[in-house]
Amino acid sequence: MALPVPTEFYVILGAILFTIGVVGVLVKRNPIVIFMCIELMLNAVNLTFIALGRHFGQVNGQMYVIFVMAVAAAEVSIGLGIIVAIFRAKETIDVDAVNLLRF
Amino acid sequence: MAQRDGTWVAMIIFPEHIGPINVVAAVPYFAVLCIIGFILTIVPGLIWIERVVMALMQDRLGPNRVGPRGLLQSIADGIKLFFKEDVEPAGVDRPIYYLSPIIAMIPALSAGATIPFGTIRVRLESGSITEVPLVAGNVNIGLIFILAMASLQVYGIVLAGWSSNNKYSLLGGLRSSAQMISYELAMSLALLTGILMSGSLNLVDIVKQQAPNLLHWNFISVKYFAVPGLAASLIYLIAMVAETNRAPFDLPEAESELIAGFHTEYSSMKFAMFFMGEYASMLVASGLATCLWFGGWYAPFRWIVWDWVPGFMWFVGKVMAIIFAYVWLRATLPRLRYDALMKLGWKRLLPAALVVLFVVAAVDTMQTPLDVERRQPVVQVHKPTQVPMLAAPQGVR
Amino acid sequence: MSGQIALFWLLAVVSVCSALLVVLHRNPVRSALFLVVNFFVLALLYLTLSAQFIAAVQVIVYAGAIMVLFLFTIMLLNLGAPNALTDTRSIQKPTAIVLALAFVTILTGTGMVNSGMAASHASSSTLSTGGTVQTVGLALFDANQPWLFPFEVTSVLLLIGVVGAIVMAKRRI
Repeated sequence: MALPVPTEFYVILGAILFTIGVVGVLVKRNPIVIFMCIELMLNAVNLTFIALGRHFGQVNGQMYVIFVMAVAAAEVSIGLGIIVAIFRAKETIDVDAVNLLRF
Repeated sequence: MAQRDGTWVAMIIFPEHIGPINVVAAVPYFAVLCIIGFILTIVPGLIWIERVVMALMQDRLGPNRVGPRGLLQSIADGIKLFFKEDVEPAGVDRPIYYLSPIIAMIPALSAGATIPFGTIRVRLESGSITEVPLVAGNVNIGLIFILAMASLQVYGIVLAGWSSNNKYSLLGGLRSSAQMISYELAMSLALLTGILMSGSLNLVDIVKQQAPNLLHWNFISVKYFAVPGLAASLIYLIAMVAETNRAPFDLPEAESELIAGFHTEYSSMKFAMFFMGEYASMLVASGLATCLWFGGWYAPFRWIVWDWVPGFMWFVGKVMAIIFAYVWLRATLPRLRYDALMKLGWKRLLPAALVVLFVVAAVDTMQTPLDVERRQPVVQVHKPTQVPMLAAPQGVR
Repeated sequence: MSGQIALFWLLAVVSVCSALLVVLHRNPVRSALFLVVNFFVLALLYLTLSAQFIAAVQVIVYAGAIMVLFLFTIMLLNLGAPNALTDTRSIQKPTAIVLALAFVTILTGTGMVNSGMAASHASSSTLSTGGTVQTVGLALFDANQPWLFPFEVTSVLLLIGVVGAIVMAKRRI
């Protein structure tokens, strides 16, 4: 049966959001904004999962999304903890300044 | 005889079409008007109730100059606030500064969308009579929708504190929002216990589970031997008071601490919006407590004396009783210091809520028959709402 | 039904605009707020896909907890000043944009737009009840489905997250 909104629309929207997230990760220097762009990428993937799950009439898309959300929450908390720890040590959070292990 | 909503109201059976309007489809819009109208117009009344009740508890009179027994005091205050100078401090982050009161107000009002406050009976074209719940959004996820709106309320406060360019506002805003997200956890676990007892997330079904009389109400649910229900409702009520930043949990916004917390730099109508947002969230949280724990629009038992009282008046009465309890707490208990407040939320309420949840889950498991065929689902799965609501009207089963 | 397609276009445009503003804006607080808008619009998109439970969880978890955490960190580290960090050197930005355009072309062009996906064979009852809490819950705890073990492991993962965050951010262990 035909869905009211074709699934391609959602998948393309997910691809566009994912790409915007990738650009953000590559271009920005503030690690918190980089983190936010990673969250944007994860959400784009969530959208694709749910759209395709509905397309095939399964609930598996939503199950993946639940686990992605849980993992993203844990990742964000630890990542921000790391950023806070770095800021306390170096007083700047420019990602280019954290370069002691560079060759 | 099926449970009725009050004798004289049950005798009013609406036809399915009044003129060109489909009554069943018009109920959500009518409910929206009722909820928004109720919240916005009852706030001056709530302010008056608070001032008078606190005053009487403190052995003084409260407002008694403006109007009979000070009834017009809130209106006078509203006019005063309207005419106050709208100060914009230097260096504020302007878009966020002006948006914060709006962001504080919107989730509080939106959460009222899924709270049912009564039923009406409609005779369908096919001849059968059905009870249509008076709710703006009869959705399958009603309860977690309210949780979602409660999560969004944090933004109004934290952005107000941030944008004010003021150390005290920032501290007050951060403390207040940290308090809110801490007590959200205990509140969610207490709500989860209520969901386990009722078997559904749809608030209409939760209320209908508590149908005939006081013994079925969730706060002393006899099926779970009364104590877990009492504990869970008590945890929810405490968390609700902390969630709405009311005394004794109002350190971040009290007048004698931190200047006035996150709304220090807000004057006139912006402050009024914060104020109204706080009362609106109080009303919504009380409405949720009434639906989930105290039987919604059902009377405690059938009695000839109050058979004429319609369901929504019972609902409003119970909400007002909880608001009275709010004011009572404010007049009675001293303020909690901030670290004591956080300790209460994390170290006392959260483990207590977990224990209650386990107990209720254990009792539920013990009462479930072992073979799967004999199990009855507590609530049948309805056809859920389709978004956008261009489809058939809901509420008709 | 063109009402649904119009709604989808509205939500998609708002979502893409807020995502672009997340990346383009220099003030991290504004970026975070635009991301909140994006998450909220995504929750509305999930509602149009009949995934009601996921929509509510998206608002509660992402917009209501994770972004509040981001805002707290930005405010505590006082990174709100717009010129605190200037972005990258001149060659990196145009390269990133060119590569991104190539990337999105590849992603959307892999036969999907041209040939069209196979028609969905989801029945209408599945579509209407597919996103309710009951369906998700039954699938999550079903003994025949593979989701029960990851669910239990996720609880351990979240515990690790809590302990790790406290260990990272404590001043003295």
